[in-house]
Amino acid sequence: MDFTFTDDQLAFREAVSRFLMTEAAPEMLREIWDTDIGRSPELRKSLAEQGLTALSVPENCCGLGMDDVAWALMTQELGYYAIPDSLADVAYVAAGLITALPAGTAEREAWLVRIAEGSIRIAVGHPVNPLVADANPADLLLLAHGDEVHAVPRAQVEIEANASIDLSRRLARVRWTPATASLIADGEAGRALWAQTLNRGALSTAGQLLGLAQRMLDLSVDYVAQRKQFGKPIGSFQAVKHHLADVATKIEFAKPVLYRAAYALAHGEAGADARVSHAKLACGEAAWLAARHGIQVHGAMGYTWEVDLQMFMKRAWALDASWGDRGFHKSRVADAILVEGAALGPGHTFEE
Amino acid sequence: MDLAYTPRQKAFREEVRAWLAANLPRESLASYDTREGFEQHREWERKLFDARLSMVIWPEALGGRGCDLIEWLIFEEEYYGAGAPMRVNQNGQLLLGPTLIEFGTEAQKARFLPRMASSEDMWAQGWSEPNAGSDMAAITSKAILSADGSHYVVNGQKTWSTRASFADWLFGLFRSDPGSSRHHGLSYLAVPLDAPGVTIRPIQALNGKQAFAEIFFDDVKVPVENRIGDEGQGWHVAMATAGFERGLLLRSPARFQYTARKLVELYKAHREVADRDPSIRDAVIEAWTGTEAYALSAYHTVGRLAKGARIGAEASTNKIYWSELDLKMHETAMRILGPFAELTGDAPEAVEAARWLDGFLFAQAGPIYAGTNEIQRNIIAERMLGLPK
Repeated sequence: MDFTFTDDQLAFREAVSRFLMTEAAPEMLREIWDTDIGRSPELRKSLAEQGLTALSVPENCCGLGMDDVAWALMTQELGYYAIPDSLADVAYVAAGLITALPAGTAEREAWLVRIAEGSIRIAVGHPVNPLVADANPADLLLLAHGDEVHAVPRAQVEIEANASIDLSRRLARVRWTPATASLIADGEAGRALWAQTLNRGALSTAGQLLGLAQRMLDLSVDYVAQRKQFGKPIGSFQAVKHHLADVATKIEFAKPVLYRAAYALAHGEAGADARVSHAKLACGEAAWLAARHGIQVHGAMGYTWEVDLQMFMKRAWALDASWGDRGFHKSRVADAILVEGAALGPGHTFEE
Repeated sequence: MDLAYTPRQKAFREEVRAWLAANLPRESLASYDTREGFEQHREWERKLFDARLSMVIWPEALGGRGCDLIEWLIFEEEYYGAGAPMRVNQNGQLLLGPTLIEFGTEAQKARFLPRMASSEDMWAQGWSEPNAGSDMAAITSKAILSADGSHYVVNGQKTWSTRASFADWLFGLFRSDPGSSRHHGLSYLAVPLDAPGVTIRPIQALNGKQAFAEIFFDDVKVPVENRIGDEGQGWHVAMATAGFERGLLLRSPARFQYTARKLVELYKAHREVADRDPSIRDAVIEAWTGTEAYALSAYHTVGRLAKGARIGAEASTNKIYWSELDLKMHETAMRILGPFAELTGDAPEAVEAARWLDGFLFAQAGPIYAGTNEIQRNIIAERMLGLPK
């Protein structure tokens, strides 16, 4: 029993963090927000050069074959820097779906190699998300028609953009006609793929929300330590301290929930659905509290476009309902614990 | 990350489970806030000790079993999962015990720890005074060293001392340098409560029972070998004890996970009535997610400790977390029980309601004892987040 990360995993996280600190600084976010496509080919190129697009692609397809547990660390960094790129959707969620296709499926290997090298953008249209993120700049869309999984080239779908408060989110209503040519899985196999993809999407979002929460806390701590009122830094006032202490506590207890969920997913545990939903709920609550208290302790500055807080706050508001809103995830937890004979209570945290 | 228990850990779990199944008292013990219940609990603790299951993480030579922290968590899961009695001597076992292991002399460890593990000696805390609660450095009770250096003469008053009405010993801080102020000049002493000059006045808690007491010292002689740590260094020692209190050991996750399980059962049994208020179902779900998060955090911390990390100010997040979780769960139970929630143990129709009421009353104290949650939030802000004082 060892519920910690290896030194290698932690060093990897540290390296990703240092890379994003310079490559995805807040000034750059603002620049990318202002562009039409909302995506930077240069950023994507440097992410690929760092090998980040190859993380979960299997080793025999030019990838690094890393599992969900490694992604639990990685997605926190993607959230912390609010990167304006669909890296997680492509390199983790879509890559996972495609990897799970039976070997021999047409183009499976080719897609995986292209994901690894960073030369393809894939948008995933899971039924739980009414609008598809990053559909417009995608080369390929993975779309659902009932249990069927379709891989549809961008040219064959009609896209209507829906603007989000978070300018780095590019959402779209996608209209398309299912055809045999695009079908890559159906029936039981399709259902299983969509189920696993939902868990990956939710876990990825949970990790990002936790990273966002930490960033908003850090920004708030910096701000209240400098901003003076009544001749003192406002961070010395108890009311301000208590807001931020509550955020720190929420984050502290969301972290291990995320890690447990990642492990459950990586090991195909029977209870993985509830674990992932728990993580999504815990991280979403932490991020929303960090946003709420963050804006409060920033005072009126928090309500401006000027301070960086807004970028992280908007991402947190948006991601909370992405890949299943709280009602959806709460129902999945309820299904697991309110059922007859549920394994609850002491001794069931790790053994099913 | 490998979340499978080792064969040794599994075998230990099986052993504890089997022992509890064979030895658990058939009838629940009376409240340890009564003389009768206190003695029943002492008997139960003795039984645990004889099976070497009292203080599983202590070294064998001190009455323990030499378990690691994962095995301790497993023990707690089995113990609370089986619905075993609350530990009556936790002030001694969980707070003074680790303090002695860290700061005590070999003679003190040998003298106090095995008797503490078996509950032959029951301990009460002596921290708070009428004007020194959250501001603990304001204590004024004095312990003045005699001219020949053989003993201290203790005068003053302690209050809110849990289970002091029946305990045998008290540990706490006293001002040994009369000219000192704040956290300087304090010494940490173990005081026998049957010593001449000690007067105990029980204080009735919300439940009408003698949950705590105030203690008056009138020229009480305490041998110098009862001082734990160096003369004048009591604050330093006490801070370590406070760390144990807020940290992991005082409130193992299993205790709350057991409450969450009972709450889910309660909700299911009363679902028709409970669902009239949709927020109750939410609170029941949160009982599971909340206690599970606490358990996961404990395992994560234990793993980090095993790799050589030390727990810092984040221990203060624990205190806030479990106390608010416990309160919320008991509030939810009261809401489910509705008009029966107010019934006390002797009411014929109380059935399980009275146990929830007891828990509810006790949970009210959680955000207050072991350093109020407001103080914990200050600690988190200043020491974990680095905000200015």
